Amino acid sequence: MVESKQQWKAWIYLAPAIVLLLIFTVWPIVNTVAMAFMEDYSGLANIGGETSFHFGFGNFTKVAQNAEFKQALTNTILLCLITVPLSTVLALLIAVALNAIKPLQKALQTIFFLPYVTNSIAIGMVFAAMFNVIGSVGTRRPLISSYGIVNDIIRFFGGNWVNWINSGSEYWANMFVLIVYIVWNALPFKILILLGGLTSINKQYYEAAKVDSTPRWRVLTSITVPLLSPMLAYVVITGFIGGFKEYTSIVGIFGESMGPVHEAHRLNTMVGLIYDSLASNNQGRASAAALILFGIILVVTLINLWVSKKRVHY
Amino acid sequence: MKIVLQNLTKIFPSRNKKSNEEVVAVNNFNFEIPDGKLIGLLGPSGCGKSTTLYMISGLQKPSSGRIFFGDDDVTELSTENRGIGLVFQNYALYPHLTVKQNILFPLQNLRGKDKMDKNAMLDRAYEAAKLVQIEQLLDRKPSELSGGQQQRVAIARALVKMPRVLLLDEPLSNLDARLRLQTREEIRRIQKETGITTVFVTHDQEEAMSISDMIVVMKTGLVQQIGKPQEVYDDPANLFVAKFLGTPPINVFSGRVKQGKLYIGEDAVMEFTNVPDQEVTVGIRPEGFILDDNGPLKCKPVNVEVMGRDVSIVSTHGASLNPLVRSIVNADNRIDITGDFVRYAVKPHKIFIFNKETEERIYFEVK
Repeated sequence: MVESKQQWKAWIYLAPAIVLLLIFTVWPIVNTVAMAFMEDYSGLANIGGETSFHFGFGNFTKVAQNAEFKQALTNTILLCLITVPLSTVLALLIAVALNAIKPLQKALQTIFFLPYVTNSIAIGMVFAAMFNVIGSVGTRRPLISSYGIVNDIIRFFGGNWVNWINSGSEYWANMFVLIVYIVWNALPFKILILLGGLTSINKQYYEAAKVDSTPRWRVLTSITVPLLSPMLAYVVITGFIGGFKEYTSIVGIFGESMGPVHEAHRLNTMVGLIYDSLASNNQGRASAAALILFGIILVVTLINLWVSKKRVHY
Repeated sequence: MKIVLQNLTKIFPSRNKKSNEEVVAVNNFNFEIPDGKLIGLLGPSGCGKSTTLYMISGLQKPSSGRIFFGDDDVTELSTENRGIGLVFQNYALYPHLTVKQNILFPLQNLRGKDKMDKNAMLDRAYEAAKLVQIEQLLDRKPSELSGGQQQRVAIARALVKMPRVLLLDEPLSNLDARLRLQTREEIRRIQKETGITTVFVTHDQEEAMSISDMIVVMKTGLVQQIGKPQEVYDDPANLFVAKFLGTPPINVFSGRVKQGKLYIGEDAVMEFTNVPDQEVTVGIRPEGFILDDNGPLKCKPVNVEVMGRDVSIVSTHGASLNPLVRSIVNADNRIDITGDFVRYAVKPHKIFIFNKETEERIYFEVK
């Protein structure tokens, strides 16, 4: 314990961080909350924008009544509910497998970690290219015989090509591409955390399990998962928080139109909605949407914590 | 179930690729462990005792040699299929499971004809818990138990599936002195009650001597001596075994045999009929000294330690290879260390002589 006489020193050391946080984090948050309740407010007031505003819940109702709100909320929740469990389970299996092998472990670890250090927009463009249908579809003589890399692979195995992301594509085809992309993009971090957790589990538990002839599956479910539960809880909670803020992946693949050409904004998310409001100079509505998103994330995180209290063994 | 170890050898490859120094952890170990006995593998750290235990368990593969359980060759059999119970040094209890779940764990793995229903498993778990006297702790987590209690749970978990062989790795090393005494008696009792062939590893000679039916003394991978504890103590094969067994440890002197007489320094302590003249190393057990005003061995007294029934006299001698010579004599003796010397006669069966170079025992006949 630092003696109280010495406390001012601690404050001085903390000061730079605290000042920066106050200016760039706390103040904007306070402002966001305030702006959410200011109707008809425009941040551009001093260069001639709308000047009069009043307080009320109007921004929230406008957000809720927005034609895209329901779609954005559904997209966000769907992506979250599908990608977080999927990527966590996959990351767990990959981490366990990586932990079990000796040769090539470092090389494979590097490969699995590569998406983490790659720009997500760039990855999105690569995905878009892979799922893109090249060549003109529906003309009498297709110019190019390729339907895109992914479709070519499907066709190689005798399947039918799918319109994944181009004009006229189905909602679930779009979602499928997004899910593949998001899961793949979310894996490295989760694998890293889980692998770290795995290496810290005492090997003797596994030897004890071996002595007791424990089947592999039971070793995973009864020993590895419980002993890894603090890390699992961490990746699930941060996964959900990140999942509700999904945006870049959609921009990466579909561009700013947030959807295939024939139906732009079909794949919009909550964060996308906030940016749209900002782009149309509607800071009040953006703030309200941000608060709504914050509320959702808060509730989901509380549920996560409540569940992990019962399920996590520290 | 008897266990036969045949030319058992374990070589660890060198870690450094440049040097080809292999480590021979266990070197050509031959031993038939009789059915239903408690065997102590004893030696200083790095002697290969744990490696031997882990080879018996199957967690480590021998480099050469064979292992038999009864008449079955289990050398190639994986740990899962050997039917052993193993108690780890730090117990390796699953921290997220209760004591009951820990004990049930091996039973829940049984498949095929051995598969048990829930009630049978519970009965068996209670039985095991009763054997190690932890019935009242079944709903606790391992972290809520003392070291001794955790140890019992580990034994119960190892015993519950009725293994053919029970292996214990340094089972008492994590316990305090008092609990160690108590628990080693417990291990003896449980082993007697179950009659399971048990092998345990320890570096504590007292622990091994007190409960084992037989002890195996090892050093740098080589078996030094195998025998009943008292036999090994009374008849050590070499200087290492003599030094390793016994508390307080044996007193070691440099000496020589000249014309049938054994000299320690200038003191001629014994006469032999059959030992040629040579330089030797002499070991005398602390209890091998007899206070005798005319005794041949003259030591400079330093201190007297009263231990109740016995008295320990600490002294020095010029030829002693240890800084101090410690003798244990009956407290009935009147001890006077005010003089320049304390003089001892020695008991012939408590004195051993060893070749100075090879440190092998030289057997003698007293004249």
